[in-house]
Amino acid sequence: MTDSADLYRTVRLIRRFEQRAIEMVRSGVIAGGIHPYIGEEAIAAGVCAALRADDLITSTHRGHGHVLAKGADPIRMLAELAGRETGLNRGRGGSMHAADVSAGICGANAIVGASAAIAAGAAWSHRRAGHDRVAVTFFGDGAVNQGVLLEALNLASLLRLPVIFVCENNQFATSMRVQDSTAGTITGRAEAFGIPAETIDGMDPEAVLEAASGAVARARAGDGPTFLECLTYRFDAHHTWEHIARPRYRTDEEVAAGSVRDPLEIQAARVPQAVRSRIDDEIEDLLDQARRFVDASPEPDPSGALDYLYADGLRGRAGTA
Amino acid sequence: MPILSYLRALNRALSAEMERDPAVCVFGEDIGIAVSNVTTGLLKRFGPERVIDMPISEQAFTSFATGAAMSGSRPVVEYQIPALLFLVFEQIANQAHKFSLMTGGQVKVPVTYLLPSSGSRVGWAGQHSDHPYSLFAHIGVKTVVPATPTDAYGLLVSAIRDDDPVILFGPAGAVARRENVDFDALAPVPLGVGRVHRPGTDVTVVAVGHLVHDALAVADELADTISVEVFDPRTLYPFDWTGLEASLERTGRLVVVDDSNRTCGIGGEILATAAEEMHLIAPPKRVTRPDGAVLPFARELDLAVQPTRSQLRAAIETVAKSR
Repeated sequence: MTDSADLYRTVRLIRRFEQRAIEMVRSGVIAGGIHPYIGEEAIAAGVCAALRADDLITSTHRGHGHVLAKGADPIRMLAELAGRETGLNRGRGGSMHAADVSAGICGANAIVGASAAIAAGAAWSHRRAGHDRVAVTFFGDGAVNQGVLLEALNLASLLRLPVIFVCENNQFATSMRVQDSTAGTITGRAEAFGIPAETIDGMDPEAVLEAASGAVARARAGDGPTFLECLTYRFDAHHTWEHIARPRYRTDEEVAAGSVRDPLEIQAARVPQAVRSRIDDEIEDLLDQARRFVDASPEPDPSGALDYLYADGLRGRAGTA
Repeated sequence: MPILSYLRALNRALSAEMERDPAVCVFGEDIGIAVSNVTTGLLKRFGPERVIDMPISEQAFTSFATGAAMSGSRPVVEYQIPALLFLVFEQIANQAHKFSLMTGGQVKVPVTYLLPSSGSRVGWAGQHSDHPYSLFAHIGVKTVVPATPTDAYGLLVSAIRDDDPVILFGPAGAVARRENVDFDALAPVPLGVGRVHRPGTDVTVVAVGHLVHDALAVADELADTISVEVFDPRTLYPFDWTGLEASLERTGRLVVVDDSNRTCGIGGEILATAAEEMHLIAPPKRVTRPDGAVLPFARELDLAVQPTRSQLRAAIETVAKSR
């Protein structure tokens, strides 16, 4: 049973992980930047708390929260972001692809909307093998206008698959407001395919957990997919390049207003101060340890740049004869 | 001996692999009734849990196969039309192909993409006549183009058993081929190993897919004057460079006939590699579709942009004479 303190711990871990990762982007330890999940933590924490360890998720370019909430090791996760051989993906994936398959994470996808069909296929394969695993596919409001996601909704409903579609509606597809990108409604898309859909408060971890638990129960019982539109707000940049480029697609006042309801504060209010302090200290210790692990981890050997490209170890020709 | 047709060979390979390995399943459009004649009998024999007729959602069912492959299944995905590969290029090149590396080897994606009628069928016009195998070889997806029924059988079996994505092009110009074979002798053909269909000493002709048969016919026509070796790579990626090198050691002269558009076609890669690394005593040549070709509808126009036997013959004669 997940209690309030567990949810607080996950939200807090994601928040602090992201804040430290942003510092490491600034200091150059993490190349290429990240898409911070700050402000959206309630969704990953609530949804993943409703899952079993052997259930599946697919994640996105803004995926650190999902991956941590599903149970990947934060230490190896940070090493992955820093491009170390000791990272979850041996430094071959980075921020947008960090995943621990053994924790049920079927990849983190950098193409918007691309992983819903992958999640559907994974759910189908496990069902065929006699398992009762469910698959959650996370995506943003920007993905609901991507054809392959709509095709996946149809397939999941047709085949009555144990898939939960979790739309993190943070109001923006990079800089485009949802009302400028999306005709009709987001839940209406799912309903058109006969999938029950609900719009929920994506800022409250316990509200998310409750809705996700219902969807998981339906899926596990063989009643097919559910669609959850989680209303949220991205407190930080679409990507850390915004910290330098400072594109102006929303005002400081708007960001402040959008950040008034903070999932961390909402969940903190449900946990006694003494418990919170202990959890906070544990997380800081863990992240200190993660940072030391990164610094002690070797950078990958360039001669292995294309290791793992093929399952059978096939090596193509080098770039120079 | 019984006669084996090309499509029957693909069907036998699918059927045998489904029988052998319960993880093998087939996705595609109209496969229940076997519109392409490749999946005949599979639905009845293996049931709708393993033979899934998909809606016209190529992008979704291609990635569905990726997810299934990462989760213990071994899907074969059939596409009736080669141009659908442009529609699912994202799902193959950017998803299935990249997962192994991007996860640092945490997953395998054993999917086979099956094109039972690629290239021109004459009269199918601009959007049904493409032959984009070079695109997949360029990306690094394992790419096979069998020329004969026995190779179609053997390469499909190997593709299905392979732990990576493999794409198999069955050229429309080859699917009418038949062979007298002992069915019990049908066997897997390893990926990446070429085949010398006809030994020769003067010129090596590398022919891809159905063009193997054109090359053999031209070699026959020229037999009194030029000894042509016909080398069929069978797999375009990974390519059998060792086999090609051995052939060029014998002949020192090279012509490639390739149903790709000229720019960045596999023919260009073969010529470049031979020129850089192998024994050539004369400048090589290639016969291809023209640059940027889109197949026009009318028969005369369609045929005008495909490699022809007369073009091949002229190229062989030029290369044989030059020094």
